[in-house]
Amino acid sequence: MSDGERRDMGSKLSFGRGRPGRTAVTLPDCDVPLAEMPSPSLLRDDLPLPEMSQPEIVRYFTNLACLNYSVDTGFYPLGSCTMKYNPKLHEDLARLPGFAVVHPLQPVETVQGALALMHELQGFLSEITGMHAVSLAPAAGAHGELTSILTVRAYLEHRGESRHKVLVPDSAHGTNLATVSTAGFQCLAIASDARGNTDLAALAEALDEDVAALMLTLPNTLGLFDQNIVQIAQMVHETGAQLYCDGANLNALLGQVKIGDLGFDVVQMNLHKTFSTPHGGGGPGAGPVAVKAHLAPFLPSPVVGQAANGAYVFEEPEHSIGKVGAFHGNFGIMVRAYAYIRSLGAPGLREVSENAVLNANYLLACLREAYDLPYERRCLHEVVFSGSRQRAKGVHTSDVAKRLIDYGFHPPTVYFPLIVDEALMIEPTETESKETLDAFCAAMLAIAREAEEEPELLRSAPHDAPLRRLDEAGAARHPVLRWQREDQA
Amino acid sequence: MSNPYVPNTDADRRAMLERIGVASVDALFDDIPAHCRNPGLTLPPALSEMELARELAQMAARNRSIAETPCFLGAGAYRHFIPSVVDYVIRQGAFATAYTPYQPEISQGTLQSIFEFQSLVCELTGMDVANAGMYDGASALAEACLMAVRITGRERLALLSTVNPSYQRVVRTYAEGHALPVDVMTPDDPALSEKHACLVVQQPNFFGYLEDVEELERRAHAAGALYIVVPEPMSLGMFRPPGEYGADIVVAEGQPLGVPLSFGGPYVGLFATRREHIRQMPGRLVGQTKDVDGRTGYVLTLQTREQHIRRERATSNICTNEQLCALAATVYLCALGKQGLRRVAELCYHKAHYAADRIAALNRYSLPLTGTFFQEFVVRCPRPPREVNAALLERGIIGGLDVSKQIDGGMLLCVTEMNGREEVDHLVDALSEIGA
Repeated sequence: MSDGERRDMGSKLSFGRGRPGRTAVTLPDCDVPLAEMPSPSLLRDDLPLPEMSQPEIVRYFTNLACLNYSVDTGFYPLGSCTMKYNPKLHEDLARLPGFAVVHPLQPVETVQGALALMHELQGFLSEITGMHAVSLAPAAGAHGELTSILTVRAYLEHRGESRHKVLVPDSAHGTNLATVSTAGFQCLAIASDARGNTDLAALAEALDEDVAALMLTLPNTLGLFDQNIVQIAQMVHETGAQLYCDGANLNALLGQVKIGDLGFDVVQMNLHKTFSTPHGGGGPGAGPVAVKAHLAPFLPSPVVGQAANGAYVFEEPEHSIGKVGAFHGNFGIMVRAYAYIRSLGAPGLREVSENAVLNANYLLACLREAYDLPYERRCLHEVVFSGSRQRAKGVHTSDVAKRLIDYGFHPPTVYFPLIVDEALMIEPTETESKETLDAFCAAMLAIAREAEEEPELLRSAPHDAPLRRLDEAGAARHPVLRWQREDQA
Repeated sequence: MSNPYVPNTDADRRAMLERIGVASVDALFDDIPAHCRNPGLTLPPALSEMELARELAQMAARNRSIAETPCFLGAGAYRHFIPSVVDYVIRQGAFATAYTPYQPEISQGTLQSIFEFQSLVCELTGMDVANAGMYDGASALAEACLMAVRITGRERLALLSTVNPSYQRVVRTYAEGHALPVDVMTPDDPALSEKHACLVVQQPNFFGYLEDVEELERRAHAAGALYIVVPEPMSLGMFRPPGEYGADIVVAEGQPLGVPLSFGGPYVGLFATRREHIRQMPGRLVGQTKDVDGRTGYVLTLQTREQHIRRERATSNICTNEQLCALAATVYLCALGKQGLRRVAELCYHKAHYAADRIAALNRYSLPLTGTFFQEFVVRCPRPPREVNAALLERGIIGGLDVSKQIDGGMLLCVTEMNGREEVDHLVDALSEIGA
């Protein structure tokens, strides 16, 4: 594809690419007598789908793929997303016919391998988190958050307690707050202190008999381990509330500490982050929930148990909140996560957290001369800088991010967490080499110099991407959300 | 080193620690309370790539794949032929190992394919706008019900009794948080009132038969409720789309469109609505725009509905669109195209009718329901369906779903283009024997 073609990909969609009469797939003749067709009033007249040949389809989508940046093509330090390398064997394993061509409602005696895998995975995740029971049903991290809060809600109601508030630190992911609302609770923000920990005075003030839970991300979104965790757990439990851990950042803790040992009652995990299943451009992932014994009877249906004869069975917990998805969760993702844990074992998982944290601290050490560090501490798996020094020169964090594209890197997460001015949130993960980190640091330092000397270079970046800056405001003002036929336009 | 995905060598680590200014990696974890540090994990020993491949192949072999075993299960997950181009595309690392397209300049592949997906879902359903995808059909329905509550300001939900029971349960789970009562109604005479935010209708219904969607539309709108339709997407290859009969929100399970069964997931929920409701929609949306040089490109848009901007006031907490599954559906629809999708739908229709006719002709079997069906139908069995299924399994066939709780002696059978005539004949002969 030429540069020009690459830049013009967006102007031609599948609908405009084929020609009437083309198809990419041949289908067999009907091998049974034809039935009487339904009344024409029940049938559709037109089915306006593209008409493309197979080579056209392969070329179109392959060329689209070339417009993407990905972990397989380069360093992707998108903070809080854990963009680590995804093992290729696991893709083959998830596609084995015994896993991929299995119907979710098959008799359990025909799916014992799948149930064994789920049962073992439940056990692994319990062990890793120090919890007692696991539900694999949630389809994503935020789905796991919702499942967790609904589980807490059912537990409290079962005890005859009606509590209406959930506390969330001001550094939290937006999903936490949206989860609280979706679960029907009122959300109350808790301030962070000067060290980036939960502010204990603010917490003490907010905690009362109406609080159902505190949702804490650990390590938090600043990449910091909350140094007050022991007191926090004690304070929360004294009021009868539950302590929830957003386990999105579990990658930092593998083998270092068990979430359950710290006093948490419930944790959701993101299998696509910590256990390295491909992020897919925005899913699918999986968001299992692990709980202490007192919450186990309230987990969603089903969980996998084992009958006296050793056979695996689906079970519905006694006071289950019900179902959160049509079937049993994202099994294909479970296969990959299971394979990841089996391939690494306990020592390999510990190397994950060690190297993820080492890499992040290395970036911290290399970049702190050029970028402001809002919390004067070592970090865990990710480091958050502030672009406030650059802003003084009229350059924003978004400009730094766009300029990184010219240097061949995916930008970090920007403007999050909200409590850091001009935030730049960098998560290298353990799967990057020192050479890559050094090259990234060289680019970041060069950009910091450019911000001083040639700020326009940043403000007009990227210069070397398939497209340059896009008009996002215009897209929202006049939304064009679908292909329009010429007769509709 | 036992981790093949970690490039750091001991020498690298020493150099990095020196730069950081600490003596050991352990020291980086000093904030963790000492009494909880280094708990030790009891997990099976690490396996080499070769051993892992062998071990998982053995686990997979303990499942009876319906690639080899004739299977007549549907009930919300369907086996259809998936052309090789679908997996070829979604396996490409540049699609599979990218993430949410927050940086549009280097994410046009994902963004443009989402725009394609939104467009295709609109065409298929006959609706104005579609989002980039939801977890699955059931959770998409639950979100649609919450959206109807936001739009109407009403706080009761109404579902027909013929909606997939599993979907009904998911709606109840989501409704619980907001204490929304869920009323289950008969299709013949849904008792809607001015308190109902929506009426949910599945088309074809859980038992495979078409509902009177026009009459139900009149009922819903006469009560001032939103009309939520849950179509089976393959049926839209031949049957009228919900946009033509007044649906306000359409949600569906996208799995039949090129996504493998995978024992129940990952799948993708389709979600479409009318233009006036865009701002109440949950989930991700991609819009078309221009870059500074005037070239057409795509961006995430109307994000003020979403959790990362609107936080506790977002329309949903969802933070994914099951993109790789949505991409599979996109490639599938492009590959089958205008002619192919209709043809697959018709193959399913004819084969299901062939099977139904033959079974109905058997002694002691009957079809308890009447009307038009697509690829699923209910058979009344002469013995409890559980026993019939066990006897079928002995003969190497996975039968249908036992729905005897809802329909006396009922077994819900599904026949798609994947079931050859000899498989169907084999099923009919086996049922005949079992019923004798």
